[in-house]
Amino acid sequence: MTFCPAPADQVQATNRRDSRRAGWIDLRLLAILLALIILAPVLGLAWNAFQSSAADAPALVTTIIPELVGNSVLLAVCVALGVAVIGTLPAWLVAQFEFPGRRVLEWLLVLPLAMPAYVMAYAYADFFQYAGPFQSTLREWFGWQVRSDYWFPDIRTLGGAAGILILALYPYVYVLARVSFLEQPAALMEAGRIAGLGRLAVLWRVAIPVARPAIVAGAALAVMEALADFGTVSYFGVMTLTTGIFKAWFGQGNLPLAAQLGLALLAAAVICLLIEQASRSRAKYHQGLSKAHPRATIHSRKRWVALALCALPCAMGFLVPVLLLLRLALRAQVQPDLAFLSLSIHSFLLALAAAMLTVFCATLMAYAARKGSAPLRWLNRTCGTGYAIPGLVLAVGITLPALLLDRALVNLLEAWTGHAWPLMLSGGVALLVYAYLVRFLGVGLQSVESGLAKITPGIEDAARSLGATGGETLRRVHLPMLRGTLAMATLLVFVDVLKELPATFVLRPFNFDTLAVRVYTLAMDERLGEAAAPALLIVLVAAIPVYITSRAMVRRLHG
Amino acid sequence: MDSFLDLEGVSFAYPAGVPVCKDISFSINPNDIGCLLGPSGCGKTTVLRLIAGFESVHRGTINLAGQLLSDASETRPPEQRRIGYVFQDFALFPHLNVQDNVQFGLGKLSPRDAQRRAAEMLDLVRLSGLERRFPHELSGGQRQRVALARALAPQPALMLLDEPFSNLDVELREKLGTEVRALLQHLRVPALLVTHDQHEAFAIADKVGVMHEGRIVQWDTPYNLYHRPASRFVADFVGEGVLLPATVDGMGCMETELGHLGCGHAGQFAAGDAVDLLLRPDDIVHDDDSPQVAEVLHKAFRGAEFLYALRLPSGAKILSLVPSHHNHEIGQRIGIRMEIDHVVAFPRA
Repeated sequence: MTFCPAPADQVQATNRRDSRRAGWIDLRLLAILLALIILAPVLGLAWNAFQSSAADAPALVTTIIPELVGNSVLLAVCVALGVAVIGTLPAWLVAQFEFPGRRVLEWLLVLPLAMPAYVMAYAYADFFQYAGPFQSTLREWFGWQVRSDYWFPDIRTLGGAAGILILALYPYVYVLARVSFLEQPAALMEAGRIAGLGRLAVLWRVAIPVARPAIVAGAALAVMEALADFGTVSYFGVMTLTTGIFKAWFGQGNLPLAAQLGLALLAAAVICLLIEQASRSRAKYHQGLSKAHPRATIHSRKRWVALALCALPCAMGFLVPVLLLLRLALRAQVQPDLAFLSLSIHSFLLALAAAMLTVFCATLMAYAARKGSAPLRWLNRTCGTGYAIPGLVLAVGITLPALLLDRALVNLLEAWTGHAWPLMLSGGVALLVYAYLVRFLGVGLQSVESGLAKITPGIEDAARSLGATGGETLRRVHLPMLRGTLAMATLLVFVDVLKELPATFVLRPFNFDTLAVRVYTLAMDERLGEAAAPALLIVLVAAIPVYITSRAMVRRLHG
Repeated sequence: MDSFLDLEGVSFAYPAGVPVCKDISFSINPNDIGCLLGPSGCGKTTVLRLIAGFESVHRGTINLAGQLLSDASETRPPEQRRIGYVFQDFALFPHLNVQDNVQFGLGKLSPRDAQRRAAEMLDLVRLSGLERRFPHELSGGQRQRVALARALAPQPALMLLDEPFSNLDVELREKLGTEVRALLQHLRVPALLVTHDQHEAFAIADKVGVMHEGRIVQWDTPYNLYHRPASRFVADFVGEGVLLPATVDGMGCMETELGHLGCGHAGQFAAGDAVDLLLRPDDIVHDDDSPQVAEVLHKAFRGAEFLYALRLPSGAKILSLVPSHHNHEIGQRIGIRMEIDHVVAFPRA
């Protein structure tokens, strides 16, 4: 493809209007083509959904669907409330007060983002089940003999799933609320205090209302992820939309029904996304008033309360599950064997390939749109919302466009080379990579765009006025300036791919496992001991970018 | 051909907007420094961007040393123009140190020559010793010099400077202004500068074009802009002053509240015309013996002098620059008289 404008000798002879723009047209066309490829699965989903058949099963529609939708809604409400509370409180504490451990907790609180909810579910399920260490200990202490002797909540319920998802997803609220609390001008709080409110009253009447858009935005993202969750609910046997899709598709072979449920789930996700974006744009309205205030040091015994309140979510959401997995792995005495090694290697290679392709496409699209072409920017934003498509829904939608794309590609190659080619996308690793590209392009785009934003138009003009051509400018200015950004974007997508379960599980080629898939299948077979080692590997690798970004976040906004 | 840079009838508009530049024509002689002066949003930076080739003209032509750079059908890419550009925010490459920034445009030289040339330039802007620093480790004035050295290093045929001093504090501005002029003259590089600050324009430029709503309303020497403004806008934008009502009498003299003047200068006006006469603060001289008196409304102490705002008996307000040992109270009446070398009048609106 042509990144740079026409070579110098052509430019010399040019009579076209504005020769230096001509080369970019290729890039724009390419970006538009890419965007279409990325949006195709949604069309595929809709096409599948409108195939007749759902009407074939009216009984199913009337009996099961209300339960699916009801459970999903209940789950969404629980998660929304849960993350709002568990995310906001520590955010307020670390933003406004100084207490022992505050500096470490500030970034530790983000770490649960490295823990896929399904992995946490396995760890806790084992811990809390009847035969697990928790209940065994209780029985030992109190002398209970059998289950009928006492009451203990069952974790394999909707409530249990909600609890797990809250612990895994509260950082979305924490991150946004913390920034909001940090940016709240001191004068607001002081005005509240002067008006006669105590610290807690100020929290209720001033700080939280001002931070509300941020809290709502975070909760909306968390709900979006919770609705898309497949691993946790399917392990706990809770019937939600995602498990319903899976059942309709593979249990009953009813693809149109799966697509219809998928469309409903996608609509819910899009609503979450719209709520998030609307809130986010309002989250800034208090900026520029005055300086944030210094943290008030807590001297009384309350400082231990603050410490406990902040330590609890990150302990429950990260440290405890990691220790539980470690214990499981050690007890199972699974030796790291060759199979595990090869599984890890090709899981990593797949993630790396997908990450590099995704970041490459993201760079291309961000670069094509960077000069403020409104339609291209809009297209990029639309493509970037691919992360709102639940993995399972994406899987339902992607097969059709993949097949079409495949045929087109094969026809093209045949016309070009003159001999027959096999289908390359459908049912192969390439299909998985395509799915990852659709789902995680937004992650890449966001990073690359923020990196590109640092390169002001003046910088580019400066390079041109100093004699650098478009291609040279890319090589000597843009790429060196973007190097860190691109590396970080690749790492982020890499980890997301590594953690991704539902799409991978459904779309992987026959006999092709990744770490996440292996963890899921082992856990479904109740071979949790064997699942622990690959699960730990995922968590530890995923913790790297979370650690880097959370440290950077804390440093950037140190009040 | 004695002019070096030539713009003729240049017009430009952004795709979805009102025209930014309308029918811009001017030329700059070799080794001269020109300046576009105007309020923000008047299109002056766009003119620079058109000359640099960052934007394409819609109408008109731009010629440099007799070669066509831009017309409506062709725009030579910026990298082939040999034009140096100093950006308002300096636009230094943040990932390169001072040395590499200055060397950026020297790719055609051998590495050794490029290094020597960069060292030469850094010496010229007195930044030797800071080669290894990165832009964020420099002060505003130092960044400005790096930007200058970077633009000058490839020996451009023309230098363009976009508000080069607006990011610096006031003291630094004046100092750097004279330095930059000396440097450009020393290197014999013609230049065009854009600014909204008339002191800057006057300090550096040989010719200044005052821009207003996308047009050049007057292209002249700083002296003439101040003393012979061609329009009310220029009279108002350049320097201080007020307009005093006057009538032209049968002798071709201006008759004002403060007496007759400018007999024989009323050329364009006919007897009986009502005009507004431009009075600069230095046109009104304080004289205790003068029969004309005016009341002090405000005064601003400027060190060597006071700027008095005065009210004439008719109620008209004028300004007067008075040596600062004449310290009068507000409300006091002081004697004044006109002492005008350049009579400037506009027909009454």
